[in-house]
Amino acid sequence: MAEKTIQDVVCTFCGCCCDNLEVKIKDERILGVRNSCAISMSKFLNYDRERLSAPVQRKNGSFEEMKFEDAVEKTASILANAKYPILYGWSLTSCEAIEIGVELAELVGGVIDNTTTTCHGPSILGVHDIGESTCTLGEVRHRADLVVYWGCNPVHAHPLHMLRYSVQSKGRFRKGRKDRKLIVVDVRKTDTAKQADYFIQVAPNQDYELLSALRTAVKMGEIEQNSIAGVPVEKVEEIADLMINCEFGIIFYGLGLTMSTGKSRNIDAALSLVRELNNRTKFLIMPMRGHFNVTGANQVTAWQTGYPFAVDFSKGYPRYNPGDTSAVDILARGECDAALVVASDPISNFPVVASRHLSRVPLVTIDPHFTPTTLASDIVIPSSFVGIETGGTVYRMDGVPLLTRKLVEPPKGVRSDEEILSAILRRTRELKGVA
Amino acid sequence: MKFILLTGRTLGQGRSKEIGKLSDEYAKNVGICEFDPEDLKSLQISPGQNVSVTTKHGTVVVKAALSTQAPHRGLIFMPYGLWTSMICDPETHQTGMPSLKGIEAEVTPAPGEKVLSLRDLVAYISGEK
Repeated sequence: MAEKTIQDVVCTFCGCCCDNLEVKIKDERILGVRNSCAISMSKFLNYDRERLSAPVQRKNGSFEEMKFEDAVEKTASILANAKYPILYGWSLTSCEAIEIGVELAELVGGVIDNTTTTCHGPSILGVHDIGESTCTLGEVRHRADLVVYWGCNPVHAHPLHMLRYSVQSKGRFRKGRKDRKLIVVDVRKTDTAKQADYFIQVAPNQDYELLSALRTAVKMGEIEQNSIAGVPVEKVEEIADLMINCEFGIIFYGLGLTMSTGKSRNIDAALSLVRELNNRTKFLIMPMRGHFNVTGANQVTAWQTGYPFAVDFSKGYPRYNPGDTSAVDILARGECDAALVVASDPISNFPVVASRHLSRVPLVTIDPHFTPTTLASDIVIPSSFVGIETGGTVYRMDGVPLLTRKLVEPPKGVRSDEEILSAILRRTRELKGVA
Repeated sequence: MKFILLTGRTLGQGRSKEIGKLSDEYAKNVGICEFDPEDLKSLQISPGQNVSVTTKHGTVVVKAALSTQAPHRGLIFMPYGLWTSMICDPETHQTGMPSLKGIEAEVTPAPGEKVLSLRDLVAYISGEK
């Protein structure tokens, strides 16, 4: 077959969802990628490594291949018989697959949670408290003259964010880096900080104090200390002046705020600072969503249940109380009695006490790759890659939906998350006696 | 020596996880702890040597690495991954989010100890399944 190049491919790695990739294909293999970052390139060129080609089940400590129909039957039976199953993951799959997951969670009276719970969950809690003044990335590109990266390192985690959407991008009214100022607030002098016009090295776990001091300075209040969170007050006032005097400012913030002491309260402080700034100028704020379609997982779960993550159906209707109905807490308390993980690797990222319980209940994982979670599973059903081997809708970090396409065929016998989940849902309905 | 532990994404972690989490490349990029150069000197260890990182929640042996995001005296950084999860704080403070940054940790050189593979760590967590 002749070589072909597919234009405007959506990247499947981070929440930037860059949609200008060019992928060169021959004989159902990806030969090269253009316009991508280093991580994206690695994903497109290595997606077919460490793959399973058929479902497997654990027998006497090792995996044995099984028929797809048997894998569906066993998974449905585990879920139908569980009292309090957890359905976790979802951020690397399509909105269409997530919709089926929500229906399945409701059917089995379980909890559906996504990876938001260990990334920007506190950001969502902050937004519930304060509200959010935000925009699309296109507006930032065309208008922003002041960009703040707080507690995030896009050079490493969102490598093209600065180039495509913020300080280095060429917009209609701001032509490039010289038209914009960059402030970076971090506990380390990161590669992002090295590009900043103003770098503020905040003391660990003291972002709340610095955000509050900035808010005071923006309100023209007096700060009765010499330094806040390791930052001299003169510097705090200088940054407040820069913020007040810009025409269009934005704070992009990362897990430096959500994972440190204060968590959702840090977000409250950041959102409140932006609210205050809007009395003086135009200012916006946006979380740097990490996983590919984690924003889509929030969108789908919110429009179907009313809540964006950590939704508990055990009482027959959706309840939402992060800290109580969230995955890490449920697992750490040892409460769930079965688990279905889809398109995620919680055992790599959850604290040991949570992973230990997850690995000791009947665990089914649907994932394209071998991961620590598949290694600890009882049943693994291999799936195709969304945006590479199957299409589907995803949401960019600013809430813009994008349609991904199938570029190459998946390995023989490997199905999409949608097909696998539909089959499990159908069989679980039968077992539950629901028409 | 006492430190504050941060965890996070790095380019190397992101690239190597796409090569495969069971690959040597991944272990090389993720089973590490990055130090400020001055801190490494104070500990009298060189990049590539094994260190033991202990928090209230566990201990893990990883390889010491020189931080490219310095200065950050008193802070150590470990990329997201299972080695890090062995020692992070499960307390979510009623938010659902465990505490993955700003954790108190103690580091000691561990020349006689081995960095466990991902398969070993999974076996440790899941027990005999």
